[in-house]
Amino acid sequence: MKRLMGIINLHNSKDVLWELTRGRPLAAVPFAGRYRLIDFALSNMINSGITTVGMLMQGNYRSLMDHLRSGKEWDLARKREGLFLLPPIAGIQPENGVPNDLSAFQSNLDYLQNSRQSHVVISGGSMIANINFSQAFDIHVAKGADISIIYKELPEMDRYPYSSMIEMDEHGRVIDMEINPARARYSNLSLEMYIMKKSLLAELVDSASARGGINFLRDALMKNIASLKVYGIRYTGYLAHLMSIRSYYRHSMELLQPAIWRELFFANGLIYTKIKDEAPTKYNYCAKTSNSIIANGCVLEGTIENSIIFRGVKIHKGAVVRNSIIMQNSEICAGATLENMICDKNVQISAGKCLIAEPHYPMVISKGSLL
Amino acid sequence: MTKTHCVAMLLAGGQGSRLGVLTKSLAKPAVHFGGKYRIIDFTLSNCKNSEFDIVGVLTQYRPLELHSYIGIGSHWDMDRRDGGVFVLPPYAGEEGGEWYKGTADAIYQNINFLEMFQPDHVLVLSGDHIYKMDYSLMLEYHNEKKAAATIGVIEVPWEEANRFGIMSTDNSGRIVDFQEKPANPRNNQASMGIYIFDYAVLKDYLQKDANASSTSHDFGKDIIPGMLADQQKLYAYPFQGYWRDVGTVESYWQANMDLLAEHPELDLYDPAWRIYSENLNLPPHYIAEGASIRCSIASEGSQIYGRVDHSVVFPDVHIAAGAQVKDSVLLSHARIGEGAVLDHVIVGPNTYIHAGTVIIEQETNVDGEIPLQKHSGITLIGADMVIAPAQPKSKQK
Repeated sequence: MKRLMGIINLHNSKDVLWELTRGRPLAAVPFAGRYRLIDFALSNMINSGITTVGMLMQGNYRSLMDHLRSGKEWDLARKREGLFLLPPIAGIQPENGVPNDLSAFQSNLDYLQNSRQSHVVISGGSMIANINFSQAFDIHVAKGADISIIYKELPEMDRYPYSSMIEMDEHGRVIDMEINPARARYSNLSLEMYIMKKSLLAELVDSASARGGINFLRDALMKNIASLKVYGIRYTGYLAHLMSIRSYYRHSMELLQPAIWRELFFANGLIYTKIKDEAPTKYNYCAKTSNSIIANGCVLEGTIENSIIFRGVKIHKGAVVRNSIIMQNSEICAGATLENMICDKNVQISAGKCLIAEPHYPMVISKGSLL
Repeated sequence: MTKTHCVAMLLAGGQGSRLGVLTKSLAKPAVHFGGKYRIIDFTLSNCKNSEFDIVGVLTQYRPLELHSYIGIGSHWDMDRRDGGVFVLPPYAGEEGGEWYKGTADAIYQNINFLEMFQPDHVLVLSGDHIYKMDYSLMLEYHNEKKAAATIGVIEVPWEEANRFGIMSTDNSGRIVDFQEKPANPRNNQASMGIYIFDYAVLKDYLQKDANASSTSHDFGKDIIPGMLADQQKLYAYPFQGYWRDVGTVESYWQANMDLLAEHPELDLYDPAWRIYSENLNLPPHYIAEGASIRCSIASEGSQIYGRVDHSVVFPDVHIAAGAQVKDSVLLSHARIGEGAVLDHVIVGPNTYIHAGTVIIEQETNVDGEIPLQKHSGITLIGADMVIAPAQPKSKQK
């Protein structure tokens, strides 16, 4: 895509995933057996033909750098263009929980201006979906919009707190927006994916910072809804928006529905991630597996039901893993039982241990724990 | 260019004609193996893990898929600034071109490649074998012995010794006798087709061989016997561990099955010696409710609704409910329909086995017009085939 460049904004307001985001940014949270959340945003961009992506980093982003490295796995290690990691300005902290990301945009306007594309798509790093931005871009151009916001209509029960919601008139023009309401009044969840001209972005960022703004969404976008043509573009595909450990667990378990598994991983292109060169997974004589997704590099000898098993996990004889998520390189020793648990990376559950959480209220065992 | 320690030359031109339809459209080193790999991955990963990072890959038979697979060597981390992988197919010169006439001739025709690096040693490998080996230890051994050439050897069962080049050594490991495929072997130490030569010595012998009239231009048949006759210091480097030449359908099938043992001799799960391969960017595989899989290996992107017992399942394979797969190898993108029964079957990539098809050792219900290759009890089905059970009508005939 010669006209569209990408920016992934990793500034986010809350550590919504508690234990899982203690040592890593939200975008680096492992998901679906072999991915991290960032893989979805990044893969969507490259599957849409975008060849240059800038990433506004925040907080302790070591694990994210380790994951992305040169961007080779996403075909973004290029002589010109490719992946640009844009580090945060030292000392910038969220103010009252509102991300101070406007300065991150402001200080990286050079990157924006040095790129040859005319338009930019801005995305967060943690929405899980398989979206084609080039279709959205065509709609954006056809409508003559200044700004397009991709949204998904949610049923009542799915309305998340801590999200941004938009309201539109009958022409699809955005007339109101709310950020992080405790109880959403509108039913359209903004995917926090925006398309606009580069020059408009630069102008919005500059004028908002000049007026003392700190937050991109609140100070640069929302305040200009009335004066600009802001349109919504509806997304109807699968979306997982993680707002709590419960929703992380619920959305993970949704992947056990083959229709969702197929849509998320194949709909508009493949989802790319860091390669680990693991061997195929081995099922030994005692293995009993049912309704589970299982990544490569595992050696499985126990009983596994309704679970998600990441790369390089070992589950020994007599162990039972039910309704659980077991992350990379964890080991469940002989005879242990886990139900409704989330084991972070490198967890070791010793022989015979029995850990059972309430259904739908999973317990998290933090990274590297030895139980 | 700086003087280089050791350059590896990987012979990957073989057709592997005894692998039947598996090598119909690709060279043997490019044949899929072990649930996600290709045969050449093992040798190239050994090079990478042994830190031999200049590798010439000599190709000849059906090279398209092999060439595009090797690319610039990224899969094995061989896309290096100085060195990396070099694909070396036969080429034409001012006096016309020639195919590689034998293993030695293949190296001789690429002497200009070796000259470019001026190595001290040359490691000659074959891209046909499944094994894990640290070549740097062999090179140390070669240097310790101050050998002109060192040959990797492995003990084989006496009854199979007549299929190999057999070495006899003295107490120090020096080779005193060499028999190529002997009817009455004097030893059971077989050549693995892995050689380290002092480059200067190798060059000399290759030149002589090129000018000789009665030669088959082969390392085992001509170069090594010639060096022995000249009293060159040749040493045998004993290798212990898993090593297989998957030259036939039976041995290919068996080597796949070897990976399914509870503690396989070939450990693919050692983080210190990974076997690198291509990456298809597929999601983890899915085992459905009511499915069953044991004593098997399975790879990314597959969906398993049926029963899988003692089998190798490659990426993006779909096994429908009620299907039963036993002692079989299903290559990438294979589709196994509802209620199909497979036993001792190798299913080629992209092949579709329709619902209700039965292929077991004793019988099949497949329409007789579809040729199924049988190799001592193993049914081999090629790539891109559609296999369906015979219609009831034709059954009555």
